[in-house]
Amino acid sequence: MSTGTPSTRESYFAAGRDRERDFERTWGAAAPPLAWFKEVNNIPIALRYMGVAFAFLFTGGFMALLMRIQLALPENEFLDPSTYNQLFTMHGTTMMFLFVIPFIEAMANYFLPLLLGTRDLPFPRFTTLAFWTFLWGGLLVYSSFLFGVAPDGGWFAYVPLTNRTHSPGIGMDFWDIGLSVAEIAAMGAAAELIVAILRMRAPGQALHRLPVFAWAMLVFAFMVIFAFTPLIVGTAMLELDRKGLTSFFVPEAGGEPLLWQHLFWIFGHPEVYIMFIPAVGLVSQILPVFARRPLVGYPLVVLSLIATGFLSFGLWVHHMFTTGLSPTSMGFFAAVSLLIAIPTGVQMFAWIATIWKGRPVWRTPLMFIAGFLIIFVMGGVTGTMVGAVPYDYQVHDTYFVVAHFHYVLIGGVVFPFFATAYYWLPKITGRLLSERLGKWNFWIMFVSFHVTFFPMHIAGLLGMPRRIYTFDAGLGWEPYNLVSSIGAWGFGIGATLLLVNLVWSLRRGRPAGANPWNADTLEWWEPSPPPNAQFMYIPFVRSRHPLWEQESFEPESAEEAERMEPMRAAPRTWRGALLVSALDGKPLAVAWMPGPTLWPVIMSVGFLATFVGALVENAWIAGAGLTVIAVSLLGWFWPNEGQEKAMAEFGLASGEGGLPLAIAGPRSNGYWAMWIFLVVMSVALATIIAAYYYLGDDGERLPAAIPDTGTAMWASVAALALAAATYWMARAMRRRQAWSWRIGSAAALVLVPVLAWLTGRAWTDTGLTAVESAYASIFVTMIGFNWVLIAVLLPMMLFTLVWAIMRPADVRGHGLAWLTELQGYYTAASWLLTAAVLYLSPRLW
Amino acid sequence: MPDRSWHSVPRCATRLVAAAVRAARSRAYLTPLAGLALVACRADPLPQSTLDAAGPDARIILQMHWVLTAIATLVSIGIIAATVIALRRRRSERGTAPPLPLAPSVFAEHEETRRRTGEPAPQVGAGMDEPFTPVELDAPQRDGGVLKLVLAGGAVFPAVVLVGLFVYVMVVLAEVDRPAPADALTIEVTGRQFWWEVHYYDAAGRRLLETANEIHIPVGEEVRVRLRSPDVIHSFWVPRLAGKLDMIPGRTNEFAISADSSGVYRGQCAEYCGVQHAKMAMLLVAQAPDEFAAWMEAQAADAVPAADPLAARGEAVFLASACAACHAVRGTPATGDLGPDLTHVASRRTLAALAIPNTRGHMGGWLVNPQAIKPGAHMPAVPMTREEFDAVLAYMMSLR
Repeated sequence: MSTGTPSTRESYFAAGRDRERDFERTWGAAAPPLAWFKEVNNIPIALRYMGVAFAFLFTGGFMALLMRIQLALPENEFLDPSTYNQLFTMHGTTMMFLFVIPFIEAMANYFLPLLLGTRDLPFPRFTTLAFWTFLWGGLLVYSSFLFGVAPDGGWFAYVPLTNRTHSPGIGMDFWDIGLSVAEIAAMGAAAELIVAILRMRAPGQALHRLPVFAWAMLVFAFMVIFAFTPLIVGTAMLELDRKGLTSFFVPEAGGEPLLWQHLFWIFGHPEVYIMFIPAVGLVSQILPVFARRPLVGYPLVVLSLIATGFLSFGLWVHHMFTTGLSPTSMGFFAAVSLLIAIPTGVQMFAWIATIWKGRPVWRTPLMFIAGFLIIFVMGGVTGTMVGAVPYDYQVHDTYFVVAHFHYVLIGGVVFPFFATAYYWLPKITGRLLSERLGKWNFWIMFVSFHVTFFPMHIAGLLGMPRRIYTFDAGLGWEPYNLVSSIGAWGFGIGATLLLVNLVWSLRRGRPAGANPWNADTLEWWEPSPPPNAQFMYIPFVRSRHPLWEQESFEPESAEEAERMEPMRAAPRTWRGALLVSALDGKPLAVAWMPGPTLWPVIMSVGFLATFVGALVENAWIAGAGLTVIAVSLLGWFWPNEGQEKAMAEFGLASGEGGLPLAIAGPRSNGYWAMWIFLVVMSVALATIIAAYYYLGDDGERLPAAIPDTGTAMWASVAALALAAATYWMARAMRRRQAWSWRIGSAAALVLVPVLAWLTGRAWTDTGLTAVESAYASIFVTMIGFNWVLIAVLLPMMLFTLVWAIMRPADVRGHGLAWLTELQGYYTAASWLLTAAVLYLSPRLW
Repeated sequence: MPDRSWHSVPRCATRLVAAAVRAARSRAYLTPLAGLALVACRADPLPQSTLDAAGPDARIILQMHWVLTAIATLVSIGIIAATVIALRRRRSERGTAPPLPLAPSVFAEHEETRRRTGEPAPQVGAGMDEPFTPVELDAPQRDGGVLKLVLAGGAVFPAVVLVGLFVYVMVVLAEVDRPAPADALTIEVTGRQFWWEVHYYDAAGRRLLETANEIHIPVGEEVRVRLRSPDVIHSFWVPRLAGKLDMIPGRTNEFAISADSSGVYRGQCAEYCGVQHAKMAMLLVAQAPDEFAAWMEAQAADAVPAADPLAARGEAVFLASACAACHAVRGTPATGDLGPDLTHVASRRTLAALAIPNTRGHMGGWLVNPQAIKPGAHMPAVPMTREEFDAVLAYMMSLR
């Protein structure tokens, strides 16, 4: 412990060469063999992630170019109809699921720790798992091209077109299953971002000092959790229908094709804003650097992001205005569709005001932002137009809408991405890009964008529907399509210039230095490129623009310095990162971070095998996959040497002024992740319940015979007993009463299979088979949902008991018990809710 | 008549290019350009354009189109102008960089670079070419006045416009969504992959006739269109008359449609419905009441037994082959209902939902190899000898 106040940089930032070497070795690249597969550090993983996502961008773009050749002339025969349909399905799917979302997450994986002044993401192995899973999911979807069975049902996959009768091939299964893999990866990454932003920041970086991009990613991550879950439920229902196991969307069995549309668009519309919010976050972050002035109205901009996030969940029905809904619901959704223009308008004016009050420096990133502003305004106003219900009656599903959303998505997302690429690539590569090439890049893209997409507005108004592989001559659409096709190729060439520029900069570019733009945020404090071992010196943040306003990054008081002492001295041989309080960024604890390991990549292969097994309906492959997953989970959570070292080095006592090591309980990252998992499960359950009432909403589809409550009551008793045993177990663990802990978890462990069995009986007693009707399908699904929870709870409870018996004093066992407690309560509550919906609510009618 | 002079420019362009393409394809390179231009700028309406409204719904929506387009254009121009002015207002000037604190790791990296390249380490702001001072760092306090502008422009102004717009939307919606009069003729259109099955009912619900892909209505009269689908989701859309409405399995949607003047209006499926979605079009023919009545009478009648011996032979082949399993010809034992009703197929203007004109040659091509014309359509090629084929073709052309 040092004496006195560290008043100079030397005192806080002083370090011996040996300490730096240790730190770099600990955080550095994985050691051979298989080093490449063992890597879990956010920087190398994010680079691969970005690379793969970017490859998908160019693949999806290339498909668009092929489609534009086909549509250049009427009655063209460049592509046959089914190839065209596969291309437009895969174009949309690729751009949405395999480019934008993964790319944003990859970028966040790379830059958020840098922006937040922390050393890594909270769950490095999970980041890695998400990357590999995404890669396999993407390759799985694309492998369908090799077999000539690419999905062709549209990226929106409307039933009944995509059910087994009308799409008998395996193509839509590729879509369904491959996407589920990519979606799960996206949700995992989102959970990780939430914990990262709320918990892992530089000391002093209170929420009101958070860079806008971090705010945007926080909103993004919550939206992903709330929007992707219904989609996963929906695609699971579709896949079950396709396998002939259920009848959710089969009208003859009381199913509802419109249910799919609701499930899809409750995801699909927020999805648009999920893509858009990070992009405008980037704009708000980059624009001030080139306007040489802090953003005008930071609180307003942040509030707008949050408001957009909320509102975006209230307008999905505007994709369904032509399905014949009641005027009341159309009025509501039209109002929200118009309302969402307001938070966007506020941001727009904040950006203009920032430029107005600043002194803009005309560099490529600013050009792309200006291009974004112009294109996005035009996409925004047409968005308001299509929100006007009667107008939508005409332009819905025409090229007017195609034009509209390409203005929004290319203008609102791709242009900010290009701005970001020009802004952040020097940080990644350490080299400046060519300004001259950058300007060519911008102007070619900007001009050819309008050449491509503006004529589509007119083609749409002249009556050209979407998703047609050809059109007749004489309808007046020819010139617009020809011009579009020419523009599209220009746009493709323009976009490729970024790659040219990147290659040029790697070979010829001037060194960028740590902060080439004289920017304000922490990522520019580290060298370019940043080392894997970043922020050995943890900066103290006292401003929203630390690099502009802070004279020093030293702790301000002796007290602060003393509190940080453990972070400064201790973690040399294991990876340690700082945890801060969510609101004001006060140092709270130290987290142990895992080092290189093979388990994530092994587990991702397990996922791949499981999904391939489901795809080709081969139980052996699926079983092998599940086994691999189970084994890698064991390996993943096996007591870790590094963690023991950390525990030994650190001691676990808190309250002595120093920072404690957070392994168990509410202070640990794992506990936060568990809460997010429960939120995901709650959204899933809410989706299923909503589907249940939607299917039953016209009375006649409700069960002819209301199910008998007998077994369900007993199951509910078992659920309550399980909750009680869980409580007993957790209380004993917290009070360090080893025997009570053991007895409590043993009792709970017995109750889990009892609950599973009774809920199973509650189903079999009704004699329903899932496929017989939509009601039976949703009934069984809801009970089956509880089995998923039980399947998670069972091993958790088992290993809690193992810890309690073997090492009751070990804090890692306590950590597991904390999580098991939550899962135990949640499982019990979920069954009680299920029973109330399925058995009680029909009696209230 | 609504004024259409505004889109004469896109129309001229449309027709010029179309004619040029046609000329290039037909190798009629010598067609005089002036003649082309004249042909191109004829003022007849485009068959499927929402901008050539010919029915009450389409007209009121077209009006809305102009209101919305005007607002959209003004807002876009305003914001783009503000952006451009802001960007050009005061470009930065040369200043001096403030001494920004750098982390020791950054210094180390600078040392490293210098050692490696023998050049001085890049300065902060290397990408800006010249060092700049961030201006107005005390600005957060001075955001006040601008913030009011941001709120006025970004929140208050759009709120006012949007409230007005919302009221307007609801008023138009009520008008467009009006139900058809109780005594209206009912036309039930069933969307099929990839054609339209059409049934007519009178106000009492009596079935009057069945046809396909060509819907006739009396001019100026509101008819009720009832939409269904037995297979996948389709969408009924005749842009010159009204907006679209989906045809959803398990549901029935209804709306009223009417045409101001007689003419042939093109419609097309607007919801992706499978491989031949692009070739699922229809014609809507608005006729004077007496012509319409005559058409109804002709269509309601059974097929006249074939008089011509070749056609009679064709009828026998038709009934004995797979044809009759899918198609109905009223007045004969053929009652298949998977494909279009062929009782008066020769009276229709087109075949295969507008994929081809209804001429003897096209009909022959369609019978020989439908998959070459519309790959993925559900009509198979029925194997026939040359003689049988000629007979069936003659029979088809006799079904007037």
